[in-house]
This record gives sequence, structure tokens and C-alpha cells, in this order.
Amino acid sequence: MALDTVPAATAVPAIELRGISKAFGPVQANKDITLRVMPGTIHGIIGENGAGKSTLMSILYGFYHADSGEILVAGRPTRIPDSQAAIRAGIGMVFQHFKLVENFTVLENIVLGAEDSGLLRPSLARARRELRSLAEEYELEVDPDAVIEEIGVGFQQRVEILKALYRKADILILDEPTGVLTPPEADHLFRILRNLREQGKTIILITHKLREIMEITDTVSVMRRGEMTATVRTAETSPVQLAELMVGRKVLLNVDKVPATPREPVLEVENLRVVDAKGVERLKGVSLTVRAGEILGIAGVAGNGQSELLEVLGGTMRATGTVRMKGRPLDLTGREDARDRRDAGIGHIPEDRQAQGLILDFAAWENIALGYHARDAYSKGAMMDQAAMKADTADKMARFDVRPPDPMLAAKNFSGGNQQKIVVAREIESGPDLLLIGQPTRGVDIGAIEFIHKQIVALRDAGKAILLVSVELDEILSLSDRIAVMFDGRIMGERLATQTNANELGLLMAGVTEGAR
Amino acid sequence: MDRMPRWADVILIPLISLLLAAIISAGVLLAIGQNPWEALRIMVSGSVGSTYAWGYTLYYATNFMFTGLAVAVASHARLFNIGGEGQAAIGGLGVALVALYLPWPHWSLALIGAVVASALFGAAWAAIPAVLQAKRGSHIVITTIMFNFIAAALLNYLLVGPLKPTGTMETATAPFPEATHVPSFRDMFSFGETILFRGTPANVTFFVAVALCVLVWLLIWKTRLGYEIRAFGFSEGAARYAGIGSTKIIVVTMLISGALAGMMAINNTLGEAERLILNAVEGAGFIGIAVALMGRSHPLGVFLAAILFGILYQGGSELGLMLGIPREMIVVIQALVILFTGALDNMVRMPVERLFARRRARAPLSPPGPTRHPPGRDAAPTSTTPAAE
Amino acid sequence: MDWLALLQILDSTLRLATPLLLACLAGLFSERAGIFDIGLEGKMLVSAFLAAAIAAVTGSVWLGLLVGTLGSLLFAAIHGLASITFRGNQLISGVAINFLAAGLTVVVGQYWFAEGGRTPQLGQGQRFEQLTLPFAAEMRDIPVLGTLYAEVISGHSILTYMALLAVPLSWWLLYRTRFGLRLRAVGENPAAVDTAGISVRRLRFAAVGIAGLLCALAGAQLSTAEPAAGFIRDMTAGRGYIALAALIFAKWRPWTALGACLLFGFLQAVALRPALFEQTLGFRIQGQLLDALPYILTVVILAGFVGRAIPPRAGGEPYVKER
Repeated sequence: MALDTVPAATAVPAIELRGISKAFGPVQANKDITLRVMPGTIHGIIGENGAGKSTLMSILYGFYHADSGEILVAGRPTRIPDSQAAIRAGIGMVFQHFKLVENFTVLENIVLGAEDSGLLRPSLARARRELRSLAEEYELEVDPDAVIEEIGVGFQQRVEILKALYRKADILILDEPTGVLTPPEADHLFRILRNLREQGKTIILITHKLREIMEITDTVSVMRRGEMTATVRTAETSPVQLAELMVGRKVLLNVDKVPATPREPVLEVENLRVVDAKGVERLKGVSLTVRAGEILGIAGVAGNGQSELLEVLGGTMRATGTVRMKGRPLDLTGREDARDRRDAGIGHIPEDRQAQGLILDFAAWENIALGYHARDAYSKGAMMDQAAMKADTADKMARFDVRPPDPMLAAKNFSGGNQQKIVVAREIESGPDLLLIGQPTRGVDIGAIEFIHKQIVALRDAGKAILLVSVELDEILSLSDRIAVMFDGRIMGERLATQTNANELGLLMAGVTEGAR
Repeated sequence: MDRMPRWADVILIPLISLLLAAIISAGVLLAIGQNPWEALRIMVSGSVGSTYAWGYTLYYATNFMFTGLAVAVASHARLFNIGGEGQAAIGGLGVALVALYLPWPHWSLALIGAVVASALFGAAWAAIPAVLQAKRGSHIVITTIMFNFIAAALLNYLLVGPLKPTGTMETATAPFPEATHVPSFRDMFSFGETILFRGTPANVTFFVAVALCVLVWLLIWKTRLGYEIRAFGFSEGAARYAGIGSTKIIVVTMLISGALAGMMAINNTLGEAERLILNAVEGAGFIGIAVALMGRSHPLGVFLAAILFGILYQGGSELGLMLGIPREMIVVIQALVILFTGALDNMVRMPVERLFARRRARAPLSPPGPTRHPPGRDAAPTSTTPAAE
Repeated sequence: MDWLALLQILDSTLRLATPLLLACLAGLFSERAGIFDIGLEGKMLVSAFLAAAIAAVTGSVWLGLLVGTLGSLLFAAIHGLASITFRGNQLISGVAINFLAAGLTVVVGQYWFAEGGRTPQLGQGQRFEQLTLPFAAEMRDIPVLGTLYAEVISGHSILTYMALLAVPLSWWLLYRTRFGLRLRAVGENPAAVDTAGISVRRLRFAAVGIAGLLCALAGAQLSTAEPAAGFIRDMTAGRGYIALAALIFAKWRPWTALGACLLFGFLQAVALRPALFEQTLGFRIQGQLLDALPYILTVVILAGFVGRAIPPRAGGEPYVKER
């Protein structure tokens, strides 16, 4: 048809980014990003965690300043030094973590910073009127007098959207908006977004969920490692293609391993449930078994309950349900802590080595004892046996190739890979029957990745049980013997590693079960 | 990566802060028509120029070691114990009770009794704020302040009431029995005809304080408990991961801190006044904050800072005698030290860090190379200082 | 208790509550904006000293108040510099300010007047006199209400009435104006304010400044309002901390602050007349217990056993911009 031949480029983009770069110290978060978002469309930006999506949007909202590059709003070059400028330019932002005053009412939050005059009453009255019409127009009903902390996250998010609309935003950026929403809430959000598009608003949706991109966007841009790798029409692409673009053709990590010989169950989890402080259910009845001599990989997009699973098993979070370790039930009520877990034979390489696995201000030799500091090997009565700790550290550093091999150096002075090796050495060498591993190679260089992978396989071959959580699908595929996929606090399915592939797992990770697609 | 070498953090920064405090103090002295150099000379000779001077300097320093250690121990667990004043006052009560109501055959036993009693009483006074913080999240700074006032009221009641001997006007207990009198420096160090430390209050408690500096050093850096305290102070997340319970650490640390503050009473009550008088602590609990800040919460630093503040205190008294400057001048200096080493630390630190960063930028990259951050956190600016401790 | 004695006690309650109330409101503004302020004591002390000193020298109590205010604002600025600009520890900064004030007032006072840190006695016209409110004399004979008006409400310094007026004013400012909305927001979630394009720093400095102003009035009341007649060393005597206790007791709200300060003022007034108390109630109550009661009550409140006090959420934390 003739319409197809009309080049889209003749329209002026609502937002255009030209050559945006941003570095944080040695880390290049955004590299020469170019992006055109057409008015009246929903434009998705997809990429893995750390691909640089949020940084890019923070630059657009005036939170960070680009090192170089240019921003054009409706064709005009625009400088955005602060949030006020972004608001003036008609840009509204819905952050992943809401920026709401929790003990204020909805109305007060909407008015904050956009008051008409020194007195509140007229502003509040106008906002109340406007809210009513916005609510009708976009299906954005909220009780204006409700206090934020007393309404659900879905409503809180609507308040954020209303805040932007009240400030006359034409361009709305939403950063991972469904991360905190239940599926029905997410559906409602998408209806709202479609409504907004029909009214001529431009929407930028940042997400790492393929399903959302496919469902709602008109155009999608893919980011990988700080670069914009592609921009395609959603109708002309597929989840598989997007997944490839997101992950890239990575060097295939070859892990030499013989087929597993699983033996008796070591860890048995039944109907595990966790409700967080905000009352959101994070684990919704997880059941799984890990056997001696096998690696069970947990695949899934971050934030679907994997962290909670590790924390509960590691003894730092309460839960309900049953967990048996070598047949003996573990306490989940908080009476037993992480030390009791270690005594029960559970080692734990945590997801966040900087906030949990290591004390950055401690020297390596002090970190080598973290969690095991009460064991006889490190003790002389109430004293720490520092000579033994240092000797042990030097020994482990040599065997795990930690560089520089200096036990006296503070943990913060090691590179990411070497920090991780310290944690891995500590947890593997403690001789656990079950090793919990979270994101073992996040922020770790290639050489160290290979080394760490070898250690994990060696531990399996020594007959230990391993529960591996990673958001890197490649890592899960190459290390695991069995793979369980988590989505929204549940196990979506289990596969043998030899009998599945990235596509199948990707769909499960997106919450798509067999038959739905 | 460290933003500056360790020596800069431990020595250079406190020195610059001290210098700033000194400059402003000199300004104050100039403003009130005094010659700062003359004042400095008098302070130095009045505080370290004779054994008499040292006898006072070390007496004050002893007080500050106790309270400084108290603040330092708490700060390793990232707790701010501002209640040293009250804990020391209650510690004095403990000393008075055992000295007055238990029969002591020899001063050495009385000293041990006083150590135990003052530590127990001081710890008890810190216990309630500690438990409230650990269990109910009540801000320990506010509760310990409140407990300072409650302690003052309690002692006021006891010293005008039940503990005051009938027939005296002073708000104090009866003098302690002869057998509890511990040796002063004069008793210990004079020989033959040579009388040293004549008429000065420094006494054997000084050695208790020094011993405690060593013990605290052992506790913090050598024991398992100290390891756990420091781990908790540096990272609550990592402490939880390591199975270090927050309730236990908060309570135990505060008990130790309270005990240390309480033991200050040995010096002023058993060692000097030989009875319990009202307001015996005289602000030493607060000076402990300055001492701990100056000493970077290290026992050796606390020891040196306590001596420094002893010099300031004694020198300040001499200023009053010789130049008619009120001894509150010391309070001004102390306030400035707290201000610069504590509250305005970043003002001093940031330019120095920039200086070292620039030097490092010129030098080739040091061996470990740039830290690689895990994805997901990589975009966090690395230059921001963590929240104040 | 006879009627006259009660009137006396209520009268001193109001007088004693005045500095507490002003300081408490000062703390309220500061802490509502997320800045802990244990330096109320110091700012009051500086203002008390300067107000009395300047009034003594110039003979003008208003000039004294002005200079006292400048002094208090200077100290507030130091606190702002430390805790907002340099993101330092707000508690330590407050401690330093209290000491600085305690020391400087005596050192400078001694230099100026050589009376051991006192200022000269303020005579007639050099201090805030006790105002007789309109119709006080006429209403005296009306039972209860009239007497209350004439004996308790009337006859205080203008600063007392300013303090009482400051309560509705603070309420109005906090809850009815744009400034108040933003101020309360910045103490709860500075990121919300920042993303709305408002300067966190400017708001917090404004709050710290208001705190300085109110502390100045509190200090002036102590040293220059009849029957006070000059400054003596450490004359605040812990009132800044009682005000802090009252603030927690009042859960950071203006009207409840009035109630808390009146209660604490009443306790002080009663403590001044132990004999009276004994003869009316028939048993002795220790004055020291009355002294300690505000603090004990505050600890109980803090422990959350009687109505939990939830401080502003961002209190004490320097704001660092992040994603």
C-alpha cells in the first residue's frame, strides 16, 4: 500500500538523542547512544540489567549530565541540566522506585513542586478538579485523599503517572514499571498507556521483559553493554530475535563437565512462601529438590523471587513452608540465623558480594573468616587466631589464584573478579554439603568466570549439591544439570539442561507457559 | 579503591582539623585582647612544664581515656553513645556504695571493688537505651541524652537526701574510709626527700585507664567479639549474612561502652575526691566524644587525644590563673575540635582527597587496576562519600 | 490546693513554658525538614547572652534581640554548613554547637563585663516587661475565667505572646502553605522533592534558619524578659534538651508541642514550689523526680509503649542524589 512508502523520518521525533555518552569512572555506562522516539508512540527500550537503560533515562530527566551528545525535544536542541528543566520540556518520569512522600495524601503528592501559589488551598482545589478529569480520561482513578502508604503499589504508580500528567508532560518515561505489579495491575497499566497514546502522548517504556515489549510497544530499541544495538518495529520482530539482540552472540563458555550422577536429595523445599515488609508476596509456594552431585540452576529475570529464595535458605530471611536439609527440617521463623545454616552444611555465595559477601573495609584475611569466624580453626578461646587466619588466607589465595595474593589488602582494593574469588574460596573450602550460589560471575572478568565455573563443577563432582541462581541464561545453561525457571515468585517449570534451549527457557522466564503461545 | 593513603586519613586529616581549630581559637583569643602565643606558652608550661603540671594533666587525661574509649567502642558498632556523662555519674554511685558500705582491708582490693562496681553501674545505665535501640528502634542518641538528665536528677536526689551524712551542707557522700584511699602519683613516685606530683590528683587509676586502652585494643582487634562488632559497624548486611545478630552486638557493645564510661568514676571519686560529690563528671563524658573523634576510635589514638585534652584542660586552667581567661576557653577549643574533626570532616577531607586523586592521576595506574563494578550497580557514582557514620 | 497558689503555678507554667515552646518549634521546623537539631540549647544560649549583653550596653532590648538573633542564625548557619553542605553528622554538629555556645558566652562575657560570665543587671526599659493585656483589671473580678485571664494569661512578656502566636502560625505555615508542604516533604523523602525540581538544599537551609530565629526568641526570653534581668552562665540549663524531649512527646506537631511544653513547664513550676505541693496533696514529691519526669516520659514514648513516636523518615540522613 502507498502508506507504507511514506518515510517515517519526515515527522519530527518527540525525542531525539544524538551521540550520548556517559562514564562513571572507568565504567562506560552509555556509549554514543542515538535514539529517535516518534510522537504518539510507545517506544520500548529493552536490555539486560546494567545495559545502561536507566542511566540514559536519568540523563534525559536531568538527573545525570551526559559527558557528550545532544538532546532534541520536538526537534529543538534542549539542555536539561536538572529535573525542573525536564519538566518544563514536557518530560515526565515514573521511576522504578517511586518518589512519593509516603505519609502525604495523593493530592499533596501531586501538587508538590507544581503549586500555583504560596497558599495550598487553591492549588489543592485545582488539582482535585484536574485529577477528576484525568481519571476519567485515562482510567486513572485514585482517591485523592488517600494516604500513599495506605494504598497499594499499583495505585502508587498511578499517582506517579498523574504527577507527570498534572505537570503537562507530553513524553512519559516509565522505568521498569511492572516490576512491582501483579499481572492484573500490569494489564491495567497497559490499558492506561494505550489510552495515553491515543491522546497523543509519547511513552518510553524501559523494561527487560520481552513479553511486555511484544504486547504494548510500537517500536523497540535494544541496549547492550551501554550501546544501542538496534531499533526495530515491534510488529516486525520476534521475542527470539530480541533475546539475541539483548544478549548478543557471547563467547560460548565452554565448561568441561561429565554428565551428573545425582544421588540422594540434600535439600528439599516445599511450598516456600515469603511476604515482604510491604505485604507483597515474593515467594508464592516454591518447591524444589537439590540432590547430591548435581547443579540445579534457577533461571529467571531478576526480581522474580530468586533473591528471596537464596536469603531464606541462607538464613537471613523469614518464610513459611518446609525446608529439609539432609532430612532435617530447618527453622524458618528467624530463630536460626546464617550461622546455624552454615553449621547445617550450607555454604552461600551471595548475590551481592559488596553488600553481603564481603566487608569491604576488612582485609582479605578477615573476610576469609566471615561467617566462619567462630570455628575452631580460627579461634584461640575468645581470641581470633590471626596467624592461622592469615596463613589460611594466603593458602586459599594461592589455590584460587587471587591477585594480588596479599592477605593484608582490604577487600575494596581487589577487582570484582578477585573479590568474588575470595568469597568463592571461602564458601567452597568450608566444605558444605549444599552450596547456594547467587550471580557467581556478575561483574567478573572472563578469566575469573572460567575459573569460578570450574570450581563449581569440581564441587559437584565431589558429590556436593549446588543451587545456582543466575540471570545470565548462558551461565545457567552451561553449568546446570537441571534448570528450574522462576517467574513472579513461582517455579514455572523444570527442564533437564540437555533437553532444553534458550528459547524455551526465555519464554518460561517471561511467564509464558506451554500452550499460551 | 582507597581515595587516599592511610597515613593521610589517620594523621594528616586530624592534624589539619586540629590546626583549623587552633587557628580559630587563636582568633578568639585575639578578639578578647589576648596574645595567642603567650597563651600557648602558658598552656604548655602549665600543663607539661613540671611534675605538678603533669599531675593535673594526667589526672584529666585519665578521665578522658575512660570516656573516650566508651565513645570509641560504641562507634565501632556505628552507635553514638552520647550518654557517657550519665553513665559516669552512675558509675560514681557504684564506687561510692562499695567504698562506703563494704569493709575493705586494703586499697588494692577496694580498687578492684570500685572497678567492678563502676563498670556494672555504668553498664546498667547504658543497658536500657541499648535494649530499646535493639528491640524497639528507639534512637540511642536521644535516649542516652535523656538518661544523662535522669542520672543527674537521681544523683541530685541521693546526694541531698539518703546518701548525705546528717549535719553537713555539701551535696556529697561521707568521705570514704581510709582503707579505700588509693595511692596518688605523689605516693608512688616520690622518693626520699624528693617530692614529686605534690598536691596533684593524678593517681593509680591512670594505670587502670592505660590498661583499659590495651584491653580495648585487644577486644576490638583481637577477639571474636571485636571482629563481630566491627563487622556489624561496617556492614549490617554482611553481618546478617555472617550470622552476627544485631541485637546481641548492639546490647553487648553498649554494655561495654557504658562500663568504660562508668569506670571513669574510679578516677574522680575513689582516686581524687575520696567521696562522691555532685556533678563530679564535669562534662568529661562529652569530652569523650571529642577524644574519640580525634583518636579515630583507635585506643592508641584515644590515649594520645586524651593526653592532648588533658593538656588543654590543665593548660586552660593555668590561662585562667595567669591571664584571667575563663577556663571555658577549653570548652571553646573542645567544641572546635569536635566541629572540625566530626561535623565538618568532609570539608577537610574532600579537598585532601582531590589533591591525592590529582597526584594519582598523574602517576601511572597502581597494580590492582580499576575496580570493575557488578552490572546493575555500575552506574552508581563512585565518588560520593557514604552516609555519615 | 488553694486557688491563689494554683494561679501562681499556672502563671509560672506559662512563663517557664515560653522558652521551651519556642525552642520546641525551632526543633520542629528543623527536624520536619530532615535535619536533627540537638544544638537548640547552644543557639538559645548564644541568643540569651547577646540579647542581654547588647541590651545592657545600648539600653535597647530590641537591639539586643536583633543581635541575639544574628548570633543564633550564625550558629544555625554552621549547623547547615556541616549537615547540609558537607553532609556531616548532624548529631555531632549539634554537640559542637552546644559546646561552642557554652564556652564562647562565658569567655566573651568575661572579657566584656568581667563579672564571671554574667552580664550586668538589666534595669528598667532594658528588658521585655510584663504586659498587662487589655481589660485585665476589669476582668479580674469575674470568677474563674476572668481571674485566669488577669492572673495567668495577662502579665507576660511580649515573647510569651509571640510564642503562643507561633503555634497557630507554625501550623498554618506547615499545613496550609506551599513552603510547608515542601518542608514536610523534604524531611520525609528528599528524593521526591528533588525529582519535582525543587532544591533540597535551599529548603533545608530555610528550615535551619527558622530554627535559628525561634531559638533566638527563646534565648531572649530567658535573659531579658521580666523577671529575668540578665544573663548568667549556662542559663539554658538543659532547656534545649527538654524542648527536644517535648518535640518527641508532641510527635513533631505544633499544637501538641504546645501541650507538651505546657506540661513540662508545669512540672518545672511545681518543682519550684515543693512545699506548696506537699501541703495540698498531703505527700511529698521529690523535686528531682519532677526534674526527671520530662525525660522519663520521653523515653517511654520513644520506646513506643505509649503511642509510638515516628520521626520524620529522612531525619538525620544527609541527602545524596542517586537514581
